[in-house]
Amino acid sequence: MAPRNDVSQGRVAYVNARLLDPAAGLDTAGGVLTDGEAITDVGPGVTKKKAPKGARIVDCHGKCLSPGLVDIRVELGDLAATVEAAVSGGVTSMVCLPTPELVIDDMSEVEFVARRARKLGLAKVYPYGAVTKGLEGKELAEMGLLAEAGAVAFTDGERAVADAQTMRRAMSYASTFGLMIVQHPEEPSLAADGVMNAGETATRLGLFGIPKEAEVIMVERDLRLASLTGGRLHIAHVSTAETVDTLRRAKADGLNVTCDTAPPYFALNETAIGDYRTFAKLSPPLRAEQDRQAVVEGLADGTIDAIASDHTPRDEESKRLPFAQADPGGIGLNTLLAVSLELYHNGHLSLLEVLKLVTSAPAGLMGLPAGSLKEGAPADLILFDPDEGWKVDADKLVGKAQNSPFDGRPVQGRVLRTVIDGRPVFEPDA
Amino acid sequence: MAKGGKDNVHFPHRHLLGIEGLSPEEISILLDRSETYVNQNRRADKTTPLLHGRTIINLFFEDSTRTRTSFELAGKRLGGDLINMSVATSSVKKGETLIDTAMTLNAMHPDVLVVRHPHSGAVKLLSEKVNCAVINGGDGSHEHPTQALLDALTIRRRRGGLSGLQVAICGDILHSRVARSNIHLLNTMGARVRLIAPKTLIPPEVERLGVEIFHDMNEGLRDCDIVMMLRLQHERMHGNFLPSIREYFHFFGLDYEKLSNAKEDALIMHPGPMNRGVEIDTDVADDVGRSVIREQVEMGVAVRMAVLELLALNPDNGGNA
Repeated sequence: MAPRNDVSQGRVAYVNARLLDPAAGLDTAGGVLTDGEAITDVGPGVTKKKAPKGARIVDCHGKCLSPGLVDIRVELGDLAATVEAAVSGGVTSMVCLPTPELVIDDMSEVEFVARRARKLGLAKVYPYGAVTKGLEGKELAEMGLLAEAGAVAFTDGERAVADAQTMRRAMSYASTFGLMIVQHPEEPSLAADGVMNAGETATRLGLFGIPKEAEVIMVERDLRLASLTGGRLHIAHVSTAETVDTLRRAKADGLNVTCDTAPPYFALNETAIGDYRTFAKLSPPLRAEQDRQAVVEGLADGTIDAIASDHTPRDEESKRLPFAQADPGGIGLNTLLAVSLELYHNGHLSLLEVLKLVTSAPAGLMGLPAGSLKEGAPADLILFDPDEGWKVDADKLVGKAQNSPFDGRPVQGRVLRTVIDGRPVFEPDA
Repeated sequence: MAKGGKDNVHFPHRHLLGIEGLSPEEISILLDRSETYVNQNRRADKTTPLLHGRTIINLFFEDSTRTRTSFELAGKRLGGDLINMSVATSSVKKGETLIDTAMTLNAMHPDVLVVRHPHSGAVKLLSEKVNCAVINGGDGSHEHPTQALLDALTIRRRRGGLSGLQVAICGDILHSRVARSNIHLLNTMGARVRLIAPKTLIPPEVERLGVEIFHDMNEGLRDCDIVMMLRLQHERMHGNFLPSIREYFHFFGLDYEKLSNAKEDALIMHPGPMNRGVEIDTDVADDVGRSVIREQVEMGVAVRMAVLELLALNPDNGGNA
């Protein structure tokens, strides 16, 4: 496992790297100099020769050096296991969702999460606050106070804020303080009995479907409410072609809306369910192939602003069940980089564009001090090989949960080292 | 050990989880074998000791009288040891998972498990955890393969074959495993399938399974050779699938007037249990000339004997063929 070093590193020069800093549009040979927890120099000028005296030299052998990944949609589950999974996947900052177990509708919970994560010293954890008390969709949570305590944005997690008046008030009130609402876009009454995407596959399997319209109906409603209130809206995990189109038009009309998607929605479609594979039961459900293609297009043309892993750890007991009874959700931290890099390997985006979607773009959305290699930024770095092939084996992934929808998938792109605040926190076993 | 019949037929699957994916030849093997049992079942001595010493467990997670009894008779007529386990008497209600139940039963070395479960895919999941043959006795809205086989046997005996026949399946297609298994079987054997139902009871994109869809009984039944009615669950009134039984019967219940659109000698079928006056008029159901509903029940035992025999004696399941 990771060589964990709690002592600050002094000066370290990462040299002989392919430097990738999407925030600066930088893709060049060079290096990064860190001093303690911060980056002090970056660029072609950072070399072994020019490194300051006493600095430790890390030769990157031409591999890619970039900011650590920023993941804005993570369900924590077992926090210690999850931050270990994070750093193994190159994720150095993440934003965690409120869940029924960890509601985050009270300041103490915001502080609790941040404190526990700091103590572990692995990935940095920033909490979302709940939009409504108890995630019940009725009364507003104390968003102002939660924000003061450190909540970076507001969401009811896997539950949509379903009531239109509540959503209207939430957006309006949040905008008082310039806070953003993140919506899980699914009209619950249309999704009620559904367990996968509606269509031929569901019909064959005898499973009840969730129509694609359940997503776009909620998105269209919320866009209207955003116009009405002037609130700041972010749509999470876009999964359908219709939603991509709708958001593309809304952005063209100048509405202040952003969105993200998760790797399953651009790398898989509903056929991954095969013969009732519950690891492929997700929320929103995996959609049809044309939806997957539309999500790729949305990423390529900038309609979709960021990629988040949608990491949802579940134990074996909640997945080894008949499909309808199994919990939805899949883990994603470990495979975020490799699966996102498929967009590069398949020629849809440049390497720098892919990295932007998992570093500076999500950091910018949430206002996190992360996702950049500029001088003075925290020394949160990853060294990776974008080409190295490996096969996802759910049983062998770092962390506790094994419910990866990508189990068995051959991927390319391996994290060779993860550095947080100047400390190396992960290197793969040789 | 008794030999598996003179003709030494081999069914090349460990389990019978569904009709989808079976070839016409494989379906014919099952139907041909069933024929011999139809004759045997009409004799005074109905038993053969083919499955002597074999253990069959009927594992029913959902209420059933007909299917369970039919399998029970089938197993006993083949000389097997058969026990019934139903949810009410099992530990499943006490929180034991499906997989735990499977592992526990597996440790008792059964030769065949017949499983019915309210959730689609549950029988397949269970089959992955046991060493014996598994027969799907109906899983959720997915498949009910022995029902489709007994329907096919009934039709074949009356019409000489399945190919080219026009079959209408009417009613609650959305929730029906019987409909799905029949669609697969009839299409595989060269029949043409129509579905007739209100739009709320037609599953999305079902036309991709190779069926024609109608929402008008008179139109849909025109020139049909076979009319298969499905049972309408009363619960469907709650989910807003339908406004009332009265309205459903008016538009989609099978009565003589609607039936007059079908061929004069069209057969009327129903998987049972029937809701008289809901999906089918009571006189039509009892029409000896056209209704083969009781014959279906008879064929059911024969089909289940054939399936039990071919799976239990399949060398892949440790049986001696």
